[in-house]
Amino acid sequence: MSGSPSVLGGRHGRIDGAEQVTGAARFADDLSLPRMLHARIVRSPHAHARLVRIDSSKALSLPGVHAVITGRDLPTPYGIIPWTTDEHVFAVERARYVGDAVAAVAAIDEATAARAVAAIEVEYEVLPALLDPEEAARRTDVQIHASKRPGNLTKQVDLAFGDVDAAFAEAPLLLENDYAFHGTTHAAIEPHCALAQVDGDGLLTVWSATQVPHYLHRALASVLGLPARRIRVIQPPVGGGFGGKSEPFDLELASALLALRTGRPVKILYTREEVFLAHRGRHPTRIHARTAFDRDGHLVAHDADLLLDGGAYASFGLVTTYYAGQLTSLPYRLPAYRYRSRRVYTNKPACGPKRGHGAVQPRFAMEVQLDRAAVHLGIDPIELRRKNFIGENTRTVNELRVGSLGLLACLDAVERASGWKERRGRLPRGRGLGVAASAYISGTNYPIYPNEMPQSAVQLCADRSGRVRVFAGTSDIGQGSSTMLATIVAAELGVELADIRVVAADTDLTPVDLGAYSSRITLMAGHAAMDAAREVASMVRRAVAKKWEASPKDVSLAGGLAIDICDPSRTMPLADAFVLAESAFGTLGAVGSYNTPKEGIHGDYRGGTIGATPAFSATAHVAEVTVDEETGDVVVEKIWCAHDCGKALSPLLVEGQIEGSCYMGFGEALMEHHETDAAGRLVAPDLLDYRIPTSLDTPFIASTIVEAPDENGPYGAKEAGEGPLHSSIPAIANAVFDAVGVRIDELPITPEKVLAALDKQREEQHRR
Amino acid sequence: MMPLPRFALARPGSLEEAARLLSDAGAEGRVLAGGTDLLVNLKHGLAAPRLLVSIDRLPELRGVSVDDAGALVVGAAERLADIAAQVLVRARAPAIAGAAGLAAHPQARNMGTLGGNVCLDVRCRYVNRTPLWRGSLGGCLKAEGDVCHVVPGGKNCMAALSGDTVAPLVALDAKAHLVSASAERWVSIEALRGKDGRTPVALQPGELVRAVRIPAAPPNRRSAYLKWAVRHAVDFPLVAVALVVDAGADGAIESLRVVASVLGPKPRVVAGLDRFRGERITPQLASAVAEQVTRQCVPLPNVLYDPQHRRRRLGVMVRRQLDAWVG
Repeated sequence: MSGSPSVLGGRHGRIDGAEQVTGAARFADDLSLPRMLHARIVRSPHAHARLVRIDSSKALSLPGVHAVITGRDLPTPYGIIPWTTDEHVFAVERARYVGDAVAAVAAIDEATAARAVAAIEVEYEVLPALLDPEEAARRTDVQIHASKRPGNLTKQVDLAFGDVDAAFAEAPLLLENDYAFHGTTHAAIEPHCALAQVDGDGLLTVWSATQVPHYLHRALASVLGLPARRIRVIQPPVGGGFGGKSEPFDLELASALLALRTGRPVKILYTREEVFLAHRGRHPTRIHARTAFDRDGHLVAHDADLLLDGGAYASFGLVTTYYAGQLTSLPYRLPAYRYRSRRVYTNKPACGPKRGHGAVQPRFAMEVQLDRAAVHLGIDPIELRRKNFIGENTRTVNELRVGSLGLLACLDAVERASGWKERRGRLPRGRGLGVAASAYISGTNYPIYPNEMPQSAVQLCADRSGRVRVFAGTSDIGQGSSTMLATIVAAELGVELADIRVVAADTDLTPVDLGAYSSRITLMAGHAAMDAAREVASMVRRAVAKKWEASPKDVSLAGGLAIDICDPSRTMPLADAFVLAESAFGTLGAVGSYNTPKEGIHGDYRGGTIGATPAFSATAHVAEVTVDEETGDVVVEKIWCAHDCGKALSPLLVEGQIEGSCYMGFGEALMEHHETDAAGRLVAPDLLDYRIPTSLDTPFIASTIVEAPDENGPYGAKEAGEGPLHSSIPAIANAVFDAVGVRIDELPITPEKVLAALDKQREEQHRR
Repeated sequence: MMPLPRFALARPGSLEEAARLLSDAGAEGRVLAGGTDLLVNLKHGLAAPRLLVSIDRLPELRGVSVDDAGALVVGAAERLADIAAQVLVRARAPAIAGAAGLAAHPQARNMGTLGGNVCLDVRCRYVNRTPLWRGSLGGCLKAEGDVCHVVPGGKNCMAALSGDTVAPLVALDAKAHLVSASAERWVSIEALRGKDGRTPVALQPGELVRAVRIPAAPPNRRSAYLKWAVRHAVDFPLVAVALVVDAGADGAIESLRVVASVLGPKPRVVAGLDRFRGERITPQLASAVAEQVTRQCVPLPNVLYDPQHRRRRLGVMVRRQLDAWVG
């Protein structure tokens, strides 16, 4: 019996909110240990070069320099995906992008370490660099990874479902267009930072600003050759991740080895430039899309050819390559679907998962295709989407199981809130409304490395003080996962949020959780917490019932009290109830764990498991823009977003995720661009030139929470952290078309592109 | 973290002492005002002065006043945020208050000073980078090299003038009061800025800016500072222009000055605008002036935005401002 409805779904803030806003939270770089050394990393100035010689002698002779390590010291490769371990902490044979790590120096302070970096002599033999993905795919004479097949492919996926060619042959409307999604990066405000220490017993502890302590734990064991039981990973509060901290990085492994070598704690803090170099951001993606419709606007077939520019290493790229195709098959019914998705290595910072991983780029193409179809057929774009809705409790053409999907309610909500019916088509030229929709996973059905163990687990402990402790491996990276756990436990046990301590992401203290990625924590760890809390609640209720000579089912735990629901005047403070339970059962605790359902979730073709999830969220956006036809400026006046998260456990946090996603999508649509120049150097390696929107630039965002509970979610809850990003970008692009009648199919939508398109439009009108 | 290089910091209590410290240090000394530009450049390894002389304790560099000739005199150490809000500045030189209020972001305006903004180093996509980045590039005229990547084959550094207050100060005929241990002089802001980005400010070793003097405005003056950047805060201008129009009681133009910045290192005073003297501001005039500005002002690929687009936008900005003044 759930106790406190006011907690579940109540408008509470984050349990760590006060700590964060008062500056009391201690992030990785706030940690300092006695005798701590600072290390810095030597990086390649060349996009592609063979390492001829590294001479550390001058650096080592500088006073205050304690150690230098290079690729020879760490020969074991690693990588987040077990099938593509193509990274080394430091380049072993060659450097593959400007910024690739070559060596690290530990010294008494950062200034000394910086001087030592400059004193390390590295001789390179410069190799031809491949910077364009099409060229990299074509060239067989230059191999960025020697072990790979000629053509520099990380991965190619060719899949077809239904008779695509037959559908195209008969369709009355065929749209064929090219789209280009540019590279963008996470730009989390906290730079990556790691601190490593070896204690007197030889236990290695690494504090790191990571989203994946468990995967870091595994990588440390593997690369350093230490048993995992001799390593402890602690994740302090993290200042944003967005996918940019969801795999092991050079600084974590390097600080650990330097701590082992020197016997002193070693910290590495990335410079902002290093954050841009570490990257793992959104893949620049070229998409050739062919989409067929019937006369009523129903989708009959979709065929996409995707080329992903992967950068120098695989990262999550194998998964990205699949996601770029697999997740386009909903939220619309798609009778026939084919895609070819290729990810190519280039001599640039590695791309990886960024909020909405892999699915954001093809979503842009699909939603603009739908908008084009609506214009062609004279159908309202929202209506066109309603017509094509895939439905609930169904399967996609590529056999992904779909449970709840509140897309129609999302479309209704943004249609109503934006005044769509009254205003669209009646706005003056230069002002426009655009719509787009999407769906996204709540966690992946399978873990990154195959195993049968739970994907999330929680240990719960309560005692006579009335205080409850939740131990979980979950990574709170600002999204509020610790608050989510506390909310569920508070609801089940009837305790106040303030009386719950969440101990998270410490591999010595907490059970394994796979980490903060693919929007998995609420659904998975939430389940685990719910189960553990229900077990403890049951013990408490039984103990109280015994005392009251009542039935346990008549004992409710709510508002800090045990209450007899047959006689609500009979109550007992929870602390007293815990005393009874401790007396009856011994130490009051329980564990809970979660693994995904495995039956009937996906197809059994190769790759069919990728994209499978316990539950899909749904989202719709309407954007309103003003376009200045003389300057090309696009001002997004307002964004309405409705997101189906199943059940909002903490509505304020869900709204925060919606707003954050809309903000990030807005920045990607109009401003941000992670690009390299003709020599592979970052064009914008700092937050001055990589332009993330300021609060003055950000449109007003109107969020609506839609709840279509899913049977696989705890209390019906699904994800909210990534889904609300996807359709924000095409909604803006479609609004620009509505405003001035030009399509910008190559992101970002910059003033010069808008002006060029308007010039062309004026020319054509002039000719007529 | 980007560590700062080692330097000595002096915080003299009088202008005389500051001037003496700077004179003794010669080329190895630099004035530290708000530090919003200098400290970042030091972290990037673009300079390594032995001594920084802070001006935060110098009363001689503070204050906003009107002199006997009706000119506005602003102390070089006055903060940009204060200048933006100062009633005297807003009333007598609204373009300067506007420019100060558009610089950077609130935190930087709370630290940054007028003198610092006037002396702001030029900026370039090839210069304001880390040592790793510049090392990959192989350096340039302004830092560690001998070629220009903005104008291939160029002999002068063509980094961009980026201080927001410079163009309006030039358009308003402002002068800077320069003081050293042995002398003092007045020099126009236009002359203070160099045409080679390697020597962006024509200060002699040991000299510092004490104040800036903006001559009294005639009646019927209109002025504006127009800045374009992608974002509404934080960004340096990608192109910017100051307009000053003095008109007679009948609305006929007596003087029209247009000064553009973020082209090369120097502010560009648009020439030949005398031909509009005697005319009233009309949409036709606005277009003609905008065309002349666009013809003369050629942005370079020194900051991160398409130069052609910046040039076109400059014309639109000028025309729209004059259109707003029609009548």
